[in-house]
Amino acid sequence: MTTVDTRHLPDAALVRRPARVRLLWLLVTLLALAAVSVLSVAVGSRTVAWSDVWSALGGADGSLEQAAVTKRIPRTLLAVVIGAALGLAGGVMQGVTRNPLADPGILGVNMGASLAVVTGVAFFGLTSTTGYVWVAMAGAALSAAFVYTVGSLGRGGATPLKLALAGAATSAAFASLVTAVVLPRNDISGSFRLWQIGGVGGATYERMGHVLPFLGVGFLICLLSARALNSLALGDELAAGLGERVPVARATAAVGAVVLCGAATAAAGPIGFVGLVVPHACRMMAGVDHRWLLPFSAVTGAVLLTAADVVGRIAARPSEVDVGIVTALIGAPFFIYTVRRQKVRAL
Amino acid sequence: MSAPAAVARPSALREVTRGRVRNASRRRLTALALAVLVVAAFAVTLMAGQTFYPPRDVVQVVLGEQVPGASFTVGRLRLPRAVLAVTAGFSFGMAGVTFQTMLRNPLASPDVIGISAGASAAAAVAIVTLSLDETQVSVLAVVAALVVALLVYVLAFRDGVVGTRLILIGIGISAMLDSITSYVLSRAAEWDLQEATRWLTGSLNGVGWDRTVPALVALAVLAPVLLAQGRNLSALQLGDDTASALGVRVERTRVTVILAAVGLIAFATAAAGPIAFVAFLSGPIAARLVGAGGSLLVPAGLVGALLVLVADFAGQFAFDTRYPVGVVTGVLGAPYLVYLIVRTHRAGGSI
Repeated sequence: MTTVDTRHLPDAALVRRPARVRLLWLLVTLLALAAVSVLSVAVGSRTVAWSDVWSALGGADGSLEQAAVTKRIPRTLLAVVIGAALGLAGGVMQGVTRNPLADPGILGVNMGASLAVVTGVAFFGLTSTTGYVWVAMAGAALSAAFVYTVGSLGRGGATPLKLALAGAATSAAFASLVTAVVLPRNDISGSFRLWQIGGVGGATYERMGHVLPFLGVGFLICLLSARALNSLALGDELAAGLGERVPVARATAAVGAVVLCGAATAAAGPIGFVGLVVPHACRMMAGVDHRWLLPFSAVTGAVLLTAADVVGRIAARPSEVDVGIVTALIGAPFFIYTVRRQKVRAL
Repeated sequence: MSAPAAVARPSALREVTRGRVRNASRRRLTALALAVLVVAAFAVTLMAGQTFYPPRDVVQVVLGEQVPGASFTVGRLRLPRAVLAVTAGFSFGMAGVTFQTMLRNPLASPDVIGISAGASAAAAVAIVTLSLDETQVSVLAVVAALVVALLVYVLAFRDGVVGTRLILIGIGISAMLDSITSYVLSRAAEWDLQEATRWLTGSLNGVGWDRTVPALVALAVLAPVLLAQGRNLSALQLGDDTASALGVRVERTRVTVILAAVGLIAFATAAAGPIAFVAFLSGPIAARLVGAGGSLLVPAGLVGALLVLVADFAGQFAFDTRYPVGVVTGVLGAPYLVYLIVRTHRAGGSI
């Protein structure tokens, strides 16, 4: 009951949660993750009997059904990993910018990665997945730095409104640059169009292997910066007073988030709104302590993305809706709800 | 209160008066220069191209006489195209500056807050999924733009509409609509894709009178409405409280202005697609040219028309590939946009 009631109290009531409550929620989200993973393996455009699912998980791929299940396993793994990366990156970004609306999609980071990748493919003959990762990451980092710099100029620093506008405007600018690059190149426009939507459909173990090291580094940096983010949440001056080196802490955490975003974008295309929705939901479960919030965000992000992928597979049978579209359709109403809930002055 | 001071120092009053007169005449001169430039660009687009026609032929064609060769090229191909370029540019410029003035933020143009995204998404669905013909697509796009604008307004309404909330909700809505568009396009056949691309980038290729006339009529009807509200719009810029203290009916003005501006955007988008950044850039460019004070509606419209004319001409003949006008304005607009964001944020103010 308390969990329901505290939602309507001011944020101060959310600061601390008894460890018991947190552990319970962690258990619930982990169970949910297990459930959606099983669903993701079992459900798809081809109906497969449960017995086939189990034998395929055991390694058999004799029949068509079992082969279908075998193809779904890497896809599920990719969805879990990418979801965790995006959820975690969103949590860190919201902590670094102290901004409830921070999201790689809204802030133009995804579009920056897209532009970098399409430029690489069109002009520099980029083909390897490892190359994709580096280029996407560079693009993500550059556009993140750019949007944040532009958004924090002037009075009041980086307010949510200024950041969101700078991000949206930069996205629009990058989008027309992408069109200008792709338009004369019929040979790449088809494959790029598919990549740009964001999906986990074409997952293979090999492609995952290329991004996993990057994701690992990103996860590590982000989780280790949890304590610093807690200090930053108090405001720059107070954090400095507590002995935190504010610019260093902020830059480290941001690097972690950008590495995660760039690697995730390289592997699955730009997927928006996971990083926005997940940390908000997690704050209701785990409170605002980043040491709890960040792991929670990772697990919940994995749940959300895997579930969105499953929904996309069932919604338009026999064809599929890409996961990037499902998350946008879930996430945008949530974004609007968050905006409506905020006090005007806080914006 | 200022009367005694004015009596004490008549020279100060005269100074202010003279300054105002000077500013006003400078505004008029700049607007006139812009209008001359638009006419010149219009004339050049009619004359130049794959084949050049001398001014005499062009004038004869415009007056309705038959000139061998020129009648078809100029009368059927170039004239509707140039007229639509001016019409769409003027509509985008005016509507853009209306939103920027009303929301007191130069970044809050229809491109960003979801209105163009609504028209594009509706058009993509109509072309690819429903396979409608051109007129039906246009109608649907106009309706969708209006519905999206209404939706954003309603969602932003909570004890009155606050500009910041409206902008942020618009950004959210447009993200959702963009994902619908890209989903529909990912399912499209190659042929539909060509048609749909016009709707995503904005293009004047193959324009005939049937597409030009509705946009022209909309401009003729809606531009006077906006111009009549120009004074109230300027008052809104001072903030809602000050505006209502000055006798402006804030909500009514806002609804009228939004309807008129969205109508302009919708019809222009239906004819030419969402030409990137024209609505965005015209207002700030006009503000820099014309200077502070006074209504920006007409100068912004002229700047918009000039932008579209020049960009379309450049897109046709300046590069190896023929780029649609929206790509040219997008690429040219991007750096200016960046400069604009930096500058406004540093100044922390309106246009």
